[in-house]
Amino acid sequence: MTAQTAQARDLATVIGLEVHVQLETDTKIFCGCSTEPADEPNSRTCPVCLGLPGALPVLNEAAVEAAVKVGKAIDADIPVETRFHRKNYYYPDLPKDFQITQYDAPICQDGRLEFSVEGEDRAVAIRRAHLEEDPGSLQHVGGDIDTADYTLVDYNRAGTPLMEIVTEPDFRSPGEVRAFLAKLEEVLEYLGVFDATRDGSLRVDANLSMVDADAVADDGAIDGSTLESANRTEVKNISSHKGAEQALAYEQSRQKNAIQRGADVAQETRHWDESKGVTLSMRTKEEEKDYRYFREADLPPLRVADWKKRIAIPELPAARRERFREAYGLSREAADKLTSTKQVADFFEEVAEAFDPGLAATWVADELLGELNYRDMHVTDVEGRLDEVTRLVELVATDEITAKNAHETVLRGMLDGGEDPDTIVEREGLGKTGDDEVADAVRDAIEANPDAVADFHAGEDGALNFLVGQVMQSTGGSADPGTVNELLREALAGD
Amino acid sequence: MAAENPPGDGRLVPDDFDDDHAAFLTVQRVAGADDGPLDGATVAVKDNISTADIRTTCGSAMLADYVPPYDATVVERLKTAGATVVGKTNMDEFGMGTTTETSAFGPTDNPTAPGRVPGGSSGGSAAAVAAGQVDYALGSDTGGSIRCPAAFCGVVGIKPTYGLVSRYGLVAYANSLEQIGPIARDVAGAAALLDAIAGPDEHDATTRHDTREDLDVDGHPADATSYADAAGGGIDGLSVGVVTDLVEGADEAVVERFEAALDDLRAAGATVHEVSLPSVETAVQAYYVIAMSEASSNLARFDGVRYGQSGGYDGDWNESFATAREAGFGEEVKRRVLLGTYALSAGYHDKYYRQAQDARAWLKQDFDEAFETADVLASPTMPVPPFELGESLDDPLRMYLADANTVPVNLANLPAISVPAGETDRGPAALQLIGPAFGEERLVRAGSALE
Repeated sequence: MTAQTAQARDLATVIGLEVHVQLETDTKIFCGCSTEPADEPNSRTCPVCLGLPGALPVLNEAAVEAAVKVGKAIDADIPVETRFHRKNYYYPDLPKDFQITQYDAPICQDGRLEFSVEGEDRAVAIRRAHLEEDPGSLQHVGGDIDTADYTLVDYNRAGTPLMEIVTEPDFRSPGEVRAFLAKLEEVLEYLGVFDATRDGSLRVDANLSMVDADAVADDGAIDGSTLESANRTEVKNISSHKGAEQALAYEQSRQKNAIQRGADVAQETRHWDESKGVTLSMRTKEEEKDYRYFREADLPPLRVADWKKRIAIPELPAARRERFREAYGLSREAADKLTSTKQVADFFEEVAEAFDPGLAATWVADELLGELNYRDMHVTDVEGRLDEVTRLVELVATDEITAKNAHETVLRGMLDGGEDPDTIVEREGLGKTGDDEVADAVRDAIEANPDAVADFHAGEDGALNFLVGQVMQSTGGSADPGTVNELLREALAGD
Repeated sequence: MAAENPPGDGRLVPDDFDDDHAAFLTVQRVAGADDGPLDGATVAVKDNISTADIRTTCGSAMLADYVPPYDATVVERLKTAGATVVGKTNMDEFGMGTTTETSAFGPTDNPTAPGRVPGGSSGGSAAAVAAGQVDYALGSDTGGSIRCPAAFCGVVGIKPTYGLVSRYGLVAYANSLEQIGPIARDVAGAAALLDAIAGPDEHDATTRHDTREDLDVDGHPADATSYADAAGGGIDGLSVGVVTDLVEGADEAVVERFEAALDDLRAAGATVHEVSLPSVETAVQAYYVIAMSEASSNLARFDGVRYGQSGGYDGDWNESFATAREAGFGEEVKRRVLLGTYALSAGYHDKYYRQAQDARAWLKQDFDEAFETADVLASPTMPVPPFELGESLDDPLRMYLADANTVPVNLANLPAISVPAGETDRGPAALQLIGPAFGEERLVRAGSALE
């Protein structure tokens, strides 16, 4: 193929994901050690998670319950019986030099997750999601993995329950991947089985290949042989939504350029270097990995046939969004924003119950989220101060300050200066001016501006606006413009 | 008499401790509770069972310096029962052998037939009991490792049903097959030791019977049972099925002793008939494929990072691991790890590992059918008398075939007892009685009828 014709080819991107998420349980998946992070290396360990000779795993059913919750949320099949296998490979962070994982009877199969990207609804099929144990972590001292003087092993993380979620190759762009990951995290957080703030709680491996655009059907389907024949790369070391989008965008253009140059795309594993913003071929002497899977006899199969029925999950974002629209009469956009995380939704409902749902929607969806977004902050960053936001809404709801001041001075001051709303209102003198004071200001304005009064009586509309402006100015903006308008008309009428 | 340990062989046995047959690797006394059913009894523990603060070598150079920070559940139970642990006994490296000669610390002599092997892999435990050094010993049985040395040394050994005794702390060789069990001079003694160690353990999920739907049991079978009380209980009307497949081909002298033992059972009121288990034909092959496959995974952790001699940092991690494993493992262990790795590999998995699992299922089915007509099944424990020391070491296949009568029991997760059946011209012979799952009481009763 000449470069000319290659350039003419239209290419489509195909991406599939393997997402590892740490499940939030009090104790590890096969022993009683705490999963809380610890400063002291190897302080959260026991014979089991250290893989000492003779120690045996015992399944923590809380991890299975968390996995079943995920399964319900992604509408997956839960088997009658779930069981564990050993995945054998040598690595210094792996205490037993095998990992206990699931192979032929994963806890979830055939699920799907819906999400929207740029206003368009998408769904991605989830082939399987299974439980496994996290390895320990390595610390390379004096350099990186290739140049370190020596390497230390910390087994505190070893045995943390992990769920590996494997999608079908249904993604067609890096942007879709980012939106999917955000949605997945949202669902996991709604379920209370995931903590996004924990270091290493999300790890993504992505397979990307380019195929002829002609091979993609209108409904997005691609036939198996096309996928088989396309060389794909597996990109590892992705740990965020943004990182996933960047890594895959890089990989997409790298492959596209290669194909358009007429070069081959090697089937290989590549490492995402976040600081440099590039994917690098991993130097690996190993041929195709053979993990020699076989049944873990130390863990009897677990019957989970009725767990889907037995285990309840909270209302999920999609259902909650519909309910918000219905119950509170919200627009789709507002409902979307207010259900973006469980915390936002919970907070909105709290405020809506105490005050007016419309006011609550404006204050949570527009004012609060808008200001947070502007500062690149999230609701989690003001988690401990939501009662202050509630107080701010209360000040508006009870007419103590104007909406304008509440937003521009108080809310911004709260976020930038860290003060509570009452402190700001007092310091800035924003309390709505009393009626007497407004009446005084109205009288002063009329006395001080006889020309404007004459113009008003001559029928010039602009004169009243001018006078309102004068009153607002002298009251420092704390008077209610409607009230001022009314008082002025009354005073001028009797003039 | 001082121990005959060549200097520098790595055994930690004090000079004033009598160990003429080199049964022990480490002698270190740990007293148990002040009272209890085993108060005052002395017990030797096979050196693949973890003992807190006492090194646990598995008979391997790889673990010559390994001191566990925790006690195996069975050791805790021994202490609670009032027993005194005397020390740790010699064994084939990681349990891989039938003679105790693959130990990195040298062989153990057979006290009952000097110059011959004590059997294996729990050879040190059986020898310590046979020599009268201890009242009882713990062994472990993956494919016959309790019954073989009990037979060769002329003592009693019980391989319990899989799931009767906790394996927590037993350094795994083939974890779907093995159980810890008792060795004693008589059946009542073995039963008393079994009483002390049997029962559910929260640290071993395979002892949790609430999760096992295949078993029609309420609670754990050991909970309401006294095995010691079953000794001497009489066997009038007991139906004994002789597994003809396991008698054919056995040494003539052994068969002679076996027939005499059957006569004793008849005299005590049992009826004897023949049964055939065609599936035992493939048992040895299936056993070795499964045991070696599991071993290749269980022994992977011994990679020089935390155990054994570090491979150094020249080359990559894989080279470092390989160096450590080359140095730390003996020939038999390397052979089994390599064969097991091969059997699990892509492309061979179906041919070997899966087929072995099928053979295992077939065997279980055969046993189920046999127990429809028999209360217990009988065979010679070992088809041969004890080998001479050094005789079989260079012939692994001969050693593997000697396991023919014991491995079917492990593959079917069943209990079995080995009781002495007299002497041949080359050492002791023994009778093996096999019971249905959790039928240990029946085995104790039947075994004691031979005493």
